[in-house]
Amino acid sequence: MKALYSLFLVFALAALALVGAGALGMEKAFGLYIPFLAVAVFVVGFCMRVVDWGKSAVPFCIPTTCGQQESLPWIKQSTIENPSTTGGVVMRMLLEVLLFRSLFRNTKVDLHEGTKITYSSSKWLWLGALAFHYSFLTIVLRHMRFFTEPVPGIIAGIEAMDSMLQIGAPTLYLTDIAFVAAVTYLFVRRVVVPQIRYISLVQDYFPLFLILGIAFSGIFMRYFAKVDIISVKQLAMGLVTFSWVVPEGIGVMFYIHMFLVSVLLAYFPLSKLMHMGGVFLSPTRNMNCASRKFRHINPWKFENVHYHTYEEYEDEFREKMVEKDLPVDKPLAEGAE
Amino acid sequence: MSDLPRPEALFANINHTPPKADWMDVPVDIKPGRYCYAANPDSVNYVGLPHARKWNPLDDDWKLPENWQEIIFKGLHERLQKYRSFKIFMDICVRCGACADKCHFFIGSGDPKNMPVLRAELLRSVYRGEFTTFGKILGRFAGGRKLTPEVLKEWWYYFFQCSECRRCSVFCPYGIDTAEVTIIGRELLNLVGLNIDWIATPVANCYRTGNHLGIQPHAFFDMLDFFCDDIEDITGIRPEPSFNKKGADILFITPSGDVFADPGTYTCMGYLMLFEYLKREYGLDVTWSTYASEGGNFGFFTSHETMKRLNSKMYMEADRLGVKWILGGECGHMWRVVHQYMDTLNGPEFQNSRMEVPSNPITGTVFKNAASTKMVHIAEFTADLIKHGKLNLNKKRNANIHLTWHDSCNPARGMGLLDEPRFVAKSVVEKFTEMPEGTIREQTFCCGGGAGLNAGENDELRMMGGLPRANAVKYVHEKYGVNMLGCVCAIDRAVLPNSMQYWVPEVDVCGLHELVANALVFPGEKERETDLRGEDLPGLEDE
Repeated sequence: MKALYSLFLVFALAALALVGAGALGMEKAFGLYIPFLAVAVFVVGFCMRVVDWGKSAVPFCIPTTCGQQESLPWIKQSTIENPSTTGGVVMRMLLEVLLFRSLFRNTKVDLHEGTKITYSSSKWLWLGALAFHYSFLTIVLRHMRFFTEPVPGIIAGIEAMDSMLQIGAPTLYLTDIAFVAAVTYLFVRRVVVPQIRYISLVQDYFPLFLILGIAFSGIFMRYFAKVDIISVKQLAMGLVTFSWVVPEGIGVMFYIHMFLVSVLLAYFPLSKLMHMGGVFLSPTRNMNCASRKFRHINPWKFENVHYHTYEEYEDEFREKMVEKDLPVDKPLAEGAE
Repeated sequence: MSDLPRPEALFANINHTPPKADWMDVPVDIKPGRYCYAANPDSVNYVGLPHARKWNPLDDDWKLPENWQEIIFKGLHERLQKYRSFKIFMDICVRCGACADKCHFFIGSGDPKNMPVLRAELLRSVYRGEFTTFGKILGRFAGGRKLTPEVLKEWWYYFFQCSECRRCSVFCPYGIDTAEVTIIGRELLNLVGLNIDWIATPVANCYRTGNHLGIQPHAFFDMLDFFCDDIEDITGIRPEPSFNKKGADILFITPSGDVFADPGTYTCMGYLMLFEYLKREYGLDVTWSTYASEGGNFGFFTSHETMKRLNSKMYMEADRLGVKWILGGECGHMWRVVHQYMDTLNGPEFQNSRMEVPSNPITGTVFKNAASTKMVHIAEFTADLIKHGKLNLNKKRNANIHLTWHDSCNPARGMGLLDEPRFVAKSVVEKFTEMPEGTIREQTFCCGGGAGLNAGENDELRMMGGLPRANAVKYVHEKYGVNMLGCVCAIDRAVLPNSMQYWVPEVDVCGLHELVANALVFPGEKERETDLRGEDLPGLEDE
């Protein structure tokens, strides 16, 4: 049901662009104003969210230690999983952000006859996530050819790599295939695995369909309903150089694609997609694990905290302590016996 | 454990497939055997925590304060500012499900609200529904819900079905730590007086007497004296521990669980013997404190503030006695607190300037990794002694033991104490076998009773939670003949024996220093006939 809601929502958005930019001829709105606004919401929203997190204090040093601590010199420390230096922390974060280290560890539990449980390695989610994020990144970088003139060598290079196999004309991008496959996997997994379906919300399905919609509209535009690339570039260049123009006859598929991208950008800061920014701020991963070696300072103070002092303790138990010859700070009062 | 079904029946009932209905539509059903009793109001009052009252989780009316919602909202708002961990963890979960089958309570119970992601969603949904713009407008469509008494009951039930072991956080791509969420969730519950007794009463006891069972100083002395009698019977050597001794080199603090409950008591005898040995051989002066006689910090399961109030005693006592540094016994969450919180909580205020960077006067080793807290784990200390050949050990005395090692969650995932205890264990036993990968080291399973859940009344929950650990033990028991499960945590020593008896009755539980003491050869000791448990030493009949 939640998946269907999300699917309808994405269809409705596409239809909105179809009618708006197509039938109603609002090319300017869908080609310039909305994308501009969306980028603004994305940039400002993203920054606001990160600043908002940054304003929350980090009172304690609470990293999850995933390996041997720094200890005696002859005990081999796991310098990346349990880092005690900044270099180690940086390596840990790099592995996490670039290679999804924690997800790589994923296991699957199975119950068997009798009372037996087994755990097996389960790398599909890791693989799917990696394929998704890296193809997404490549596609975004590839798109930079629309916003740059001359096109930087690196972007041309990425494009050349991506169309290595030179299938069809225009050449087929490998990332397009990987991307659609990965997003589809991530969606199917949510629907098919009962536990994942149980925890999934509308906002888990919506971005998947939205991204899938963007991918399909892009692919459709490139391989089937061909749009005028020259005009698209003209529009894109106009957007980034603030000399806004809307060339004639780009084709409505482009506006649908552009609108869905705009929705994604605007939706981004409001949603779980902010994990992109949040992963860098996660205290269980980005802190030094040597918290007995280096003091971590809590920026706020505990208020109205009362401690039970030794004096209070001895006052209550002095007699019993003296009875057992336990040392006391003050002798028993005279005549107390 | 009389009400419990047989293990096979309990196991057969585990169903990992969630129900059809949306989880928000499944009302909380508080089942006896899976919850701990409500806190005794006297205990709550003793430490001045709010809204102490008599209430029963099975009643409809929990006698909440009139403005309970306001209290929770205010508390939640405050904590979002005070803890970045909490705020980030509320915002960035993508519900990928990597954590879902990592929780021992989920594996053993099949209750979907024990999936870490959903346990956190219980709170996250209210955060979204009441604190975010989207959630306020779109409500359930945005995954938000209102804070109702039903929701609060659900929080209480499931936040006290989490042992804060952090296993889920190891697998989360963003390091979301459900323990953090549970800690804050419990703080919020604490604000409206919804504590459980197995936490509140130990807290009050620790505060007053220094240890969680409320043992007063004279009785604490008697218990250790009683162990000394036993040690004398077994070895012919009588330890003479010192108490509250000013000017000692080292203050020793251990979880008091080891002082009064088997098999922790044998570990405690182990400490006594080790210190006696070091005193006789090397003149090391270690003292025990009756005032700071608890390493375990039950405040950690209540609120950060209560944790601080209990933790401060360690430094206050070290200061009063003028010791150089503190040595800590085998305990789980005590070490998470010591390693990750202590220095921040009480370091500058309470730690005296006379304390030194810990160094082992016998070997000369400087514990640089504890330079700031000045507190060393006894496994680090003993490993250092053994490595330098300072202990005379006879492994043969543990020849009847085939050991496997349980990494206690908090030292493993909040510290990284993995190889020190293994080194010590392998130095004192002949047969050692690891449990399968995926169940040890940072992926270790909780005993099922951590974070204050080791009560008698929730035995079903503990047996369910203990299943993954027990299952791995069963594997090495059947395949290799393992008969002893070693650990460095007093809660483990309290919980695992029951869990082993239930799932793998042939396996026993011990602490690390019980094994050390069995192997330790005192100069001039009489020939030992039994181990610390009074059981005949292996092979003795042949000699």
